[in-house]
Amino acid sequence: MNLISLFIASFLTENIVLAKFLGVCPFIGTSNKEKNAFMMGLAVTGVVTISSLLTYCLYYYVLLPTNTGYLKTIVFILVIASMVQIVEIIIRNKFKKIHESLGIYLPLITTNCAVLGTVLLNINNNFTLLETLVFSFGSGAGFTLVIYIFSTIRARLETSNVPKSFRGTPIALITAAIMALIFGRYVGG
Amino acid sequence: MKTILNGIIKENPVFVLLLGLCPALAVTTTIENAFMMGFCVLVVLFFSNLIVSIIKKLVPENVKIPVYILIIGTFVTIVELLLKKFIPGLYNSLSIYLPLIVVNCIVLGRALSVASKERVSRSLLDAIGVGLGYTLSLIVIASFREILGGGTITLIDGLSSLTGFKLILTLPISNLFPFSVLLTPAGAFLTLGLILGVINYVRRDKHESN
Repeated sequence: MNLISLFIASFLTENIVLAKFLGVCPFIGTSNKEKNAFMMGLAVTGVVTISSLLTYCLYYYVLLPTNTGYLKTIVFILVIASMVQIVEIIIRNKFKKIHESLGIYLPLITTNCAVLGTVLLNINNNFTLLETLVFSFGSGAGFTLVIYIFSTIRARLETSNVPKSFRGTPIALITAAIMALIFGRYVGG
Repeated sequence: MKTILNGIIKENPVFVLLLGLCPALAVTTTIENAFMMGFCVLVVLFFSNLIVSIIKKLVPENVKIPVYILIIGTFVTIVELLLKKFIPGLYNSLSIYLPLIVVNCIVLGRALSVASKERVSRSLLDAIGVGLGYTLSLIVIASFREILGGGTITLIDGLSSLTGFKLILTLPISNLFPFSVLLTPAGAFLTLGLILGVINYVRRDKHESN
């Protein structure tokens, strides 16, 4: 597949949050403040891109030759967990300022299904290494975009007059539904 | 009994705790998918709670999470292999959401909050309760989406490799409900949003009458 259309697909039309429902928990839970949402998105993009590279190498050069492809779920989650740990240690020591604003979100990324989901999709779709990188980066960027837009909408929702029973999560989900409709419309232009 | 009911109603994982939403939105296009997904989560939850509560005294505090994730990952892989062998149709339609049970916050959440503290019997009951609660809420969401969106009720489709026959009911009134949007991703968000709103409304009523 063309790399550009692959990027557009992962970034907009097949957005991991709105079309594949990966990373819905942080999407609903943490995206109240614009800046936090953006930082969370950046962290996810970084982790997903690097761990897709690692898992690609592991899967095709270690697991498949040794005929242990069925172990991929366990191996991948270990890779992601250790990746997150390493990234956290690096950021904590080298970039103190970023760590202050990003610190609490980093551990959460391990259990963010956006990361494991994208990594598994790479393997399921039989992507080449280059496609894997483009797809993962596009997915991460798409996650950042959607979570950022959503946080700005939520800031407006807090001051608007929503029926009492729908305040909080229900209206957030309905907003997400409208966003999903709009993003889905990009298909075929 | 009380522990089980607690998992189904008071601590319902999807509608009350808002955990495990990704698969709850993704696989609920047919009732069969919803049921099987819930069942897989129930199985994984049951066995991981069992092991975790047996070894709870052996695991040092600071490596708790990695150890639990490994235990959960093992059972997810077992379930995955079994489905692939015996029910390949469902294995394909659940696709990546099956391995994603590993990072499903419900399973790890129950391991951390219940199984690592309580007795084995209590952890198992809790697993059954929460697993049933999860399955039921997936079926509720899927019923809305499939019946109103597609006008069908799929009970046995991928499972036909086990039972030998298919069971898909088509509603005669399906032309009355042209809500095919409910089967799209947008419909998933919409359905869950509306259900949560209604639940909030009912609970608020109860609070006020007390």
